Amino acid sequence: MLEIRNLHATVDDKPILKGVDLVIGDGEVHAIMGPNGAGKSTLSYVLAGREGYEVTEGEVLFRGQDVLAMEPEERAAAGLFLAFQYPVEIPGVTNMTFLKTALNSLRRGRGEPELDAMQFLKLVKAKTKQLGMSDEMLKRFVNVGFSGGEKKRNEVLQMAVLDPAFCVLDETDSGLDIDALRIVADGVNALRGPGRSMLVITHYQRLLDYIVPDRVHVLAQGRIVRSGDKELAQELERKGYAEFAADEAA
Amino acid sequence: MASLETSPAAGSAGHWVDRFRSEAAGLPGARLPWLLERRQAAIQRFAEQGFPTRKVEAWRYTDLRDVARLPFAAPPAAAVGIDRLPSVLDDASRGPRLVFVDGAFRAELSSAGSLPEGVTVASLAAALETMPDRLEPHLGRVRPSPDTPLAALNAALWTDGAFVHLARGAALDRPIELLFLGVGGEAPAAHHPRILIVAEAGAEATVIEHHAGLGGVYFSNAAVEIVAEAGARLHHYKLQAEGAEAFHVATTTLAMDRDAAYDGFVLTQGARLSRSELRPWLGAPGIECRLSGAYMVAGRQHADHTSVIDHAAPHCTSRQVYHGVIDDQARAVFQGRINVHQDAQKTDGYQLNRALLLSDQAEIDSKPELEIFADDVRCSHGATVGDLDEEQIFYLRARGIDRAAARSLLIAGFLMQAVEEIRIEAVRDGFAEKVRGWLDARAAGERRNA
Ligand SMILES: Nc1ncnc2c1ncn2[C@@H]1O[C@H](COP(=O)(O)OP(=O)(O)OP(=O)(O)O)[C@@H](O)[C@H]1O
Ligand SMILES: [Mg+2]
Repeated sequence: MLEIRNLHATVDDKPILKGVDLVIGDGEVHAIMGPNGAGKSTLSYVLAGREGYEVTEGEVLFRGQDVLAMEPEERAAAGLFLAFQYPVEIPGVTNMTFLKTALNSLRRGRGEPELDAMQFLKLVKAKTKQLGMSDEMLKRFVNVGFSGGEKKRNEVLQMAVLDPAFCVLDETDSGLDIDALRIVADGVNALRGPGRSMLVITHYQRLLDYIVPDRVHVLAQGRIVRSGDKELAQELERKGYAEFAADEAA
Repeated sequence: MASLETSPAAGSAGHWVDRFRSEAAGLPGARLPWLLERRQAAIQRFAEQGFPTRKVEAWRYTDLRDVARLPFAAPPAAAVGIDRLPSVLDDASRGPRLVFVDGAFRAELSSAGSLPEGVTVASLAAALETMPDRLEPHLGRVRPSPDTPLAALNAALWTDGAFVHLARGAALDRPIELLFLGVGGEAPAAHHPRILIVAEAGAEATVIEHHAGLGGVYFSNAAVEIVAEAGARLHHYKLQAEGAEAFHVATTTLAMDRDAAYDGFVLTQGARLSRSELRPWLGAPGIECRLSGAYMVAGRQHADHTSVIDHAAPHCTSRQVYHGVIDDQARAVFQGRINVHQDAQKTDGYQLNRALLLSDQAEIDSKPELEIFADDVRCSHGATVGDLDEEQIFYLRARGIDRAAARSLLIAGFLMQAVEEIRIEAVRDGFAEKVRGWLDARAAGERRNA
């Protein structure tokens, strides 16, 4: 579904990604772990098309399409979704308006009819219920005054409503309490299926107990330095990243 | 009649003084000596001052030359047919409504409905006939200021407007709508709508002041007087949606007594030039005064929001939150003055003006002024000017919303933060709808131009 080849990217002329290779097949869930500052979020932003993240080499193909040539909204319309590590607050815009505008934009892009207020409400209420969220959060402004965990849940709600084919979850588990982690993981697992692939960025093996990955990768110093199956996560939990941290340790 | 002297600085004031001379005898209440006296004093004051020029500090950023120059006539007498009345309310929340077209009361378009005991909603001219004693203590007497020559012009020349009276403890659950339509004829016309709202002790009501224009060049020079007696609660929401060629100047004075609460909001989107000036007087302890607003201007529009808040007693709060969007070559002015008098201890004054400039040529002049003579007060003011936040735009785009739609959503959100200040839900929703309507029209315009 997604192929990343020799991806190099800079931020403010500073090289962050230095040749990332990653292939994620249909229906697969891959996890990326790695030390702080390794470039995990940078990779997710590059995939989503954030300005200021300059790709200097390499390519990204999503279902054969050249992702890097697309605008962020085109990537979303194609089925890419990034759950942000730091969700953005949007004062004055209710969650409901935001979700409805986003969903209808995607539907328009796909040539599907837009949902009216009633249809949308029904859909979104089913999703909030599934994720154990109160409907009151729909009336509130996007992420404004949300707790850290509520923001993360809100990202998963967006994912559930927008129904993307490929999801990047950037530390969606950070800040969640034990129950919320369970609920979010259940929500994510419910979205798993042959047509949907995921890239789960996390620091904690615990999440991977719930969302069991097909592959685990270590990203360090802008590269995938090691890949393995889910046992790798347990090994990292025990040993840490010392063996990958050549520069940082010096 | 007393002789009237026009000072040389007064410019074209003479035109209006002449108008007064010829029309005075036919104006409402001409047979009431007290009123005639007040009208004469008012035209005298206007004759002395004339239209303020930009040399006057309070008018430094707003140029009335175009208004002063145009030979505004009285509105045409012919009654225009109106098929659909604009409103900020949906039918379910509608209450009594008075409709004025080019300043003239139109009974056949109005509906007072069944009002509860102690509530009077009437045209000012009619009230003058039937209950002059109720008007006499207040009309032209609500904290008039020597610095408001246009309010004086209104006081001299007004022909009609609205009178809302709430007897002690009276309450009305539905909003009262006062709709002023400017139609504009062949020649530029002027009208001087006047509103008097008196809320006796403990009374409560919501008043929507709606100015809308159907086109044409006209000058609406409104004056609003509000009395909130002890413990009265007034919600007063103004929508200024005058026609694109219109001039709109409004002076609102407000006298508040102990523990009274005023919740005011101004949404400005119309007129080529407008000024909404608010002058609340907080004269007794325990008053809560909220004056917020939102403005959205484009093209060559000019919108001025000026306020002078007098904290004349201790333990009062005032709060102002203004958010404005300025596009094209439009220009906005925000002047907020807070005077904290010597014995107004424990004053809590908050003022914020935030503006979004959507084009390189858009302009905002923001002038907060605090004058504090008490020592134990909390006053803060802030002003920000900026463009939309790129991080927010990216977040929306990452969800599939294109750049233009993302910008539009963020602008709406920015304005909505101010609209949130409105405490009455039905009105808040209606005003939010007006904000969205403006943005939709703008987006459609952009698509057409693209
Ligand atoms: N605007 C910027 N200017 C300079 N350096 C930047 C900028 N943005 C990010 N970086 C750097 O890029 C590197 C990678 O950051 P990134 O956020 O991708 O790390 P991460 O792997 O997601 O870390 P964490 O686990 O802490 O979330 C960091 O060293 C960071 O300081
Ligand atoms: Mg990160």
